[in-house]
Amino acid sequence: MSFPKGDTPAIEVDDLTIRYGDHVAVAGLSFRAEPGRITALLGPNGAGKTSTVETLEGYRTPTSGAVRVLGLDPHRDHAALVGRIGVMLQSGGVYSGIRPLEMLRLFASYYEAPADPVELLDLVGLTDRQRSTWRSLSGGEQQRLSLALALIGRPEVAFLDEPTAGIDPSGRQLIRRVIADLRSEGVAVLLTTHDLDEAEKLADQVVIIDHGRLLADAPPAELMRSAETDEVRFGAPADLDIAALADRLAAPVAEVSPGEYRVAAAGTPAMVAALTAWLAEQDLPLGDLRVGRQTLEDVFLRLTESAAVSTEAAANGATSRRARRSRR
Amino acid sequence: MRALLAQTRTELMLSLRNGEQLLVSIAIPLLLLVFFSSVDVLPLPDGVDKGVQFLAPGILALAVMSSAMVSLGIGTGFERQYKVLKRLGTTPLGRPRWVGAKIAMVLCLLVIQTSVLIAASFALGWSPGGTPVLAPLAILLGASAFGGIGLLMAGTLRGTLTLALANGLYLVMLLLGGMIIPFDQMPGPIGTLGRTLPSGALSQVMQSCLRDGAPSAGSAWIILALWAVLAPAAAARFFRWE
Repeated sequence: MSFPKGDTPAIEVDDLTIRYGDHVAVAGLSFRAEPGRITALLGPNGAGKTSTVETLEGYRTPTSGAVRVLGLDPHRDHAALVGRIGVMLQSGGVYSGIRPLEMLRLFASYYEAPADPVELLDLVGLTDRQRSTWRSLSGGEQQRLSLALALIGRPEVAFLDEPTAGIDPSGRQLIRRVIADLRSEGVAVLLTTHDLDEAEKLADQVVIIDHGRLLADAPPAELMRSAETDEVRFGAPADLDIAALADRLAAPVAEVSPGEYRVAAAGTPAMVAALTAWLAEQDLPLGDLRVGRQTLEDVFLRLTESAAVSTEAAANGATSRRARRSRR
Repeated sequence: MRALLAQTRTELMLSLRNGEQLLVSIAIPLLLLVFFSSVDVLPLPDGVDKGVQFLAPGILALAVMSSAMVSLGIGTGFERQYKVLKRLGTTPLGRPRWVGAKIAMVLCLLVIQTSVLIAASFALGWSPGGTPVLAPLAILLGASAFGGIGLLMAGTLRGTLTLALANGLYLVMLLLGGMIIPFDQMPGPIGTLGRTLPSGALSQVMQSCLRDGAPSAGSAWIILALWAVLAPAAAARFFRWE
C-alpha cells in the first residue's frame, strides 16, 4: 500500500457515542487501527462491537463523536470509501441461488482493479465447490466465500465480523491463515470477535470493550503480562491436605473449587519443583499447572467482570438493569 | 457500465434459475391462456365469439403483474432478509445501478414472457386488433405500477410475508382485474372496484390496444398512469435496506 506503516491510522474512533432511544450502545469509545496490523475488537455480546463497526462501515451515524476510515467520514464520504474497504458480515449477504465463482465475478465487476476471482476462490479453498449454490454450502464454506468477497476489491481496510464463528477447526485454520497474510499486504484488519483464542492467536492489537466503553487497548502479550500475578494454580484430586502442603511450600494454599488449588506465591521453578515433589511422594496425579502468565481469557473475564460491577455501582440500579435487558 | 451489466446479468440469471419464479411468470399465464382458449367454460364479454381474442390481451397484462410484482417483490424481499442489500451497501455498486439492474431484469423477463405468450396466442388463432402500437407503452406503465408495489412490499416486510402477500395480491388482482373474467360479468360494485386496481386498469388498456370492439379506455389510461407514478414513489419513500 502507498502509505507508510504507522503513519496515518487506517481507522480512528474518537469519543464515539451511539444511542438508540434511551439505550446507550457505545459510550465515549476511542481507539485506532493501523495499516498492516490486525486489530481485534473484543467484547461480550451486546458490548457495542457491531454498533461501532457498522458506524465505521457507514451504515449508521454517531450520536456524538467522530469516526474516520482512511481519513474519510464513512457516512458522508461513503461513495469515495466503499471502493477501498472490504466487509464480511457475520451471516448472509449473498444471493441464495448463486454459485461461488459467479458471486465473486459479480463483485469483481464493481471494482476498478479487483483481485482474480479464480485465484481468490482457490485461496479460500472453494474451488471444488464451484457447482454448489450458496444455500447448499456449509456454514464454514459460506464464511470462506464471505471472506473472499470482502477481499475481492483489494481493500485497504477489511472489516471482518466474527469471521470464524461456528466453523469447523480446519476451516478456522484456513480463515486465520488468509487473515494473517493480509498483514503483510499492508491491509488494516478490524476483526470483531468474542473468541478470545482467536484474538490471542491472530491480533497485533486487542481492543476490549464492554457496555460500550473501552476497557483495554494493547497488544495481546502486553495485556497478558499486565495481568501476571504471584500465584500458582493447579488441578489435582479434591480434598488434598492443604495444611500439610502449605507447610511444605511455606506459602498459603487454598482449594478455590473442588480439585482446583491456588498457591499464593511467585511461581518460581523451586516452588514448582517443591509442589510436584510433594504430589509425587503421595502418588497423586497433577491435572494442570499454571504459573504467573494468564491467558487472555483470564484478563478478559477480570476486565469485563469488574466493568460490570463498577457500572452497577455507578448507575442507578433500575436503569442499568433495564438497559441490560433491552440489549438482549 | 460494467457493473450495471454484470448486475443485470446476475439478476436475470438468478430469476431464470428460480423454478417458482418461472412457474409464476411463464407457466401459469401460459396454462391459463391455453386452457381457457381451448375449453369454453369462462364467460366472454358481449360481442366476442372466440376466447383467445379476449384472453390474449388479459394474459399479457397478467404476465406483467407476475414478473414486475410477484417475481421482483419476492426476489427482492428475500435479498433484503438475507442481508444481500445490506452487503451491497458497502460495495461501489450504489443504489442507482442496483435499481437500474432490477428494471433491466424486469424488462428482459417481459420480453421473454410476451414472446412466448404472443406466439402461443397466434398458435391458438388470435388475430389482434385495436391500436397495438400503444401496447408496449401500456406494458411499461403496468410494469412501473406493479414493480412499485412489489418493491414496496419487499422493502417494508419480511421476505416470507412478502411471499405470502404477493401471491395473495396476485390472485385477487387476477380475479378482480378483468384479466380472465370480463368486468361486464361481475356485479356492479365489484367491477367498479376491479377497474380501479392496477390490474383492472392495465387489462382494460390492453383490451383497447389489442382487440377490435373493446370499450375505449381513456379513464383506465389515467388510472394506470397514476399507479405507475404513485406505487414507485411510495416504494422509494418507504423502502428500508435492512
